[in-house]
Amino acid sequence: MNRTRVLIATAVTMLVITVAVGLTPVARAADPIRIGLGMALTGGLSANGKPALLAMQIWKDEVNKKGGLLGRPVELIFYDDQTNPATVPGIYTKLLDVDKVDLVVSGYGTNLIAPLMPIAIERKLTVLGIFGLANNEKYQYPNYFQISPTGPDPATSTAIPFFELAAKQTPKPQTVAIVGADAEYPQTALVGAREVIKRFGFKTVYDKTYPPSTVDYTPIVRAIKATNADIVFVASYPPDSVGMLRAAHEVGLQPKIFGGGMVGLQFTTIMQSMGSKLNGIVNYDYWVPEKTMMFPGITEFFKEYQPRATKEGVDTLGYYLPPYAYAAMQVLGDAVTATKGLDQQKIADYIRSNEFNTIVGKVKFGKNGEWAKGRTLMVQYQKVQDGNIEQFRQPGKKPVLYPDELKSGTIVYPYSAALK
Amino acid sequence: MGRTVPALLVGLAVVAAGMVLVLVRVNPYFYFAGYVILQYVVIATAWNILGGYGGYVNFGTPAFFALGAYTAVVLIRSLKAPLPVLIVAGGLVAALLGLGIGYLTLRLRGVFFSIATLALSVVLQTIIMNWEYVGGSRGLSILRPSGPPFGNYGVFLFTVMLGLAVVAVLMARFIERSWIGRGLAALRDNEEAAECMGVPTLRLKLFATTVSGFLLGVAGAPFPYYVTFIEPNSAFALDYAVNALAMPMIGGTTSWIGPVIGAVLLGTAQQVAIVTISSELNLLLVGVVLVGFVVVAPEGILGLVRRLRTR
Amino acid sequence: MFSWDLLANAVVAGLLLGGFYAAVSLGISLIFGLLDIANIAQPAFVIVGSYAAYVLHDAYGFDPILTGILLTPVFYLLGALVYRIYYASFERRGDEALRGLVFFFGLLFIIEVSLSMKYGVDYRLVQTGYLSRSIEFGGVGIAFRYLVPCVIGVAMTAVLYLFLGRTFYGRAIMAVSQDQAALRLMGADPIHIKTIAFGIGIAAASLAGALLISIAPVIPSTDRDYIGRMFAITVLGGMGSIAGTLLAAVILGVVESLMATFFGPSWSLAVSFGILLAALAVRPAGLFGR
Repeated sequence: MNRTRVLIATAVTMLVITVAVGLTPVARAADPIRIGLGMALTGGLSANGKPALLAMQIWKDEVNKKGGLLGRPVELIFYDDQTNPATVPGIYTKLLDVDKVDLVVSGYGTNLIAPLMPIAIERKLTVLGIFGLANNEKYQYPNYFQISPTGPDPATSTAIPFFELAAKQTPKPQTVAIVGADAEYPQTALVGAREVIKRFGFKTVYDKTYPPSTVDYTPIVRAIKATNADIVFVASYPPDSVGMLRAAHEVGLQPKIFGGGMVGLQFTTIMQSMGSKLNGIVNYDYWVPEKTMMFPGITEFFKEYQPRATKEGVDTLGYYLPPYAYAAMQVLGDAVTATKGLDQQKIADYIRSNEFNTIVGKVKFGKNGEWAKGRTLMVQYQKVQDGNIEQFRQPGKKPVLYPDELKSGTIVYPYSAALK
Repeated sequence: MGRTVPALLVGLAVVAAGMVLVLVRVNPYFYFAGYVILQYVVIATAWNILGGYGGYVNFGTPAFFALGAYTAVVLIRSLKAPLPVLIVAGGLVAALLGLGIGYLTLRLRGVFFSIATLALSVVLQTIIMNWEYVGGSRGLSILRPSGPPFGNYGVFLFTVMLGLAVVAVLMARFIERSWIGRGLAALRDNEEAAECMGVPTLRLKLFATTVSGFLLGVAGAPFPYYVTFIEPNSAFALDYAVNALAMPMIGGTTSWIGPVIGAVLLGTAQQVAIVTISSELNLLLVGVVLVGFVVVAPEGILGLVRRLRTR
Repeated sequence: MFSWDLLANAVVAGLLLGGFYAAVSLGISLIFGLLDIANIAQPAFVIVGSYAAYVLHDAYGFDPILTGILLTPVFYLLGALVYRIYYASFERRGDEALRGLVFFFGLLFIIEVSLSMKYGVDYRLVQTGYLSRSIEFGGVGIAFRYLVPCVIGVAMTAVLYLFLGRTFYGRAIMAVSQDQAALRLMGADPIHIKTIAFGIGIAAASLAGALLISIAPVIPSTDRDYIGRMFAITVLGGMGSIAGTLLAAVILGVVESLMATFFGPSWSLAVSFGILLAALAVRPAGLFGR
């Protein structure tokens, strides 16, 4: 009965492996504080996940150089979630039950944070979310905090700054075309845009979505051009942002104000290859090297980050996600130090009721763990030249137009004026 | 049918062993990892009914799996239906899809069926992405009802999937030993000859796609509760397509044991890799192992064992 | 929101896109349509072509399309090698139906993952001067970014068509696809012929890849977007018909473009595959099939 034998052999193997994994005594010194997370190191979001992890590792190295947290060294334990939400329950269960981490941080992106929520709630964990959109809206879990500056209403966080800027211009634009990819973030952004458009009383003349695998954006851009919209708001991921922009130049789309929520135009490789095509685009951003954004510690961070990033082959400038990932760890670290321990509830209470000084400025959390006050920037690409990455290290190419307290330049309006 | 009773007893014994593990409360991580492995046992077994027994390669496993998951989402949202209903409904809807795609393409050659299954995934994914009720491309958070059996969802879902795996394997075994299995083997070896001998090939093929679809949908139905957040990219992930092929290939496609072996081995290896090597190396390994087996040991581990035995 | 202007532009954009799709599908049309080998890994080879063009452009400033053309011999040899492995492992044993398919699927995976391990998942693109220009013809705008790949795609189709119809090896390939035994009796070695054909198919992938990266940014998983399109075009055009491939590619391009312009792009991809499924149900031989 060789079949039976094979079956028994397999069952025994499986049993052995499982017992080994399940009952592994985790031999560890009593010393280190372990922080665990899953992060997108492969798959669609890894272009941002890898820089984020690097920033967290830089934080860990710096903390350990200064003697650690509570006098103990900090250890970062991470696994690749492959941008696949289905891996998250397994990863965090392993972190908590096998690796026995003391604290957890989330992975990058709404989809990867979502499966963590029920686990966090069940086990009463304090979670720092890394750039997720409205993950806590349904759960309203008090011990969740989110580090992206989108603020109390993530859906409108890009639309409000963009349309507010538009409404301030003279002559005031009237008509709007909105378009976005059939994917998580763009859809949320479009929902927000529709709401804000109503608020400001603009008239929508085009409102469509496209599948992310679209190759040719020319028909879409042509259709938009045919509507003669004054405002064009795009919510897109990197390949579509590039495709839309190129198509816009080829078709000659020149609304009065153009941009909005185009992910990818902040990434080093794309800024480098698109060059002057970016001029005039008014787009969201989170950090730019302008005078108003030079918070304490940020220059030192980039001095440490940029050489390491170049070596590891990730986003070399790091002006997008990395400072915020670092700031998240600052918040966590400060809370641990202030509460003098690793009690999840005490840490959560501390984070909720205090303002933190981080390398991205002062951070205070509000409802559902989002920033009490949103701070998504609107910047405009101005006088960008082709084929020069160094220009982006200096102020002036992406001045901040919004919010007022961080404003560092003036808008060139209408869009066509910036193209000259 | 003299072997059926012992088989059922073995199945029950496996379930009982699972429940003992549950009561003993092995490390919780085991339940989450184990769920995925058992899920693949169901998927691999389901795929093999059509692919291994019948010789028709289905590249669209994600479509059926996701359909089961999204059917569950619809029922959770609209009726807050309990899990057994979700499982049966998910299976039935996916079975209908199998029947439909079978009817459309199985009168043609096998390779057209395979291409159609590729296209199927794309079409279905587009439909789901545009359907706001199930979250569309943004995805949907699934709130689990409180108070699951066994106290926590990890253990509960593991037990459910264990039961489903046993059911799937018993079904595959039953089919394999019945006249259906023999008919499928005949048409796999030479469809024209089988037809000439009076084997009702079309009906058998439709039967196989329907049952295969049913089991794939059943595997997908508990998924929303497991992952608590459903969105099209991960529900339709290519991993399901590759693993559904690789696991029966590695284990051996001619018998019900093959997919089980393949799923357990490859599934366990992948789970271990996620928390150890943890990088693209993990994915590369699947591809290399798959190609290696297909070139060197096309009959899988079962075939190797058979060859060793006959030395 | 209909206007003749918009319609004309949409149709022209679709035609141009179709030319490009033809370039991408030629390899499969040859390998699958004529040789009956379901090479699912073809899109991965196309992406390898894209990356080759990118790397040489980034390092030495080579024009991507030139790179594509120059690398065709290399890819030809690669294709020949892959076919030999395939033949030795599967065709000879008569196993190709199931296991050959799985082999190529595994190959697709390996290629994709290796690329992402080597180059990461950042989007790679190339920008060249002449590709950024566009011209206008009476209200219809044509971007060079699409025009050049389309022209090359049509040229590739024409070259292949003539090759298959007029040259010795070309006709031998047609013969192999029809009746291997007869070919052997006539003194030609079918395996040798098939190796050549497979090699040409992969060589076509190299050039198609260069065209692809000229149009849009590329990451390793871009191949998945094209698996379905390639096979849809080959089947729709009719297995074994090069002219059919071009026609089907153009049809697909125009349908996608019209859908995107007038009904919103969300459904255009699905509609194309809907067409494929319908074609399989109604006329599986395709437009020009035998």
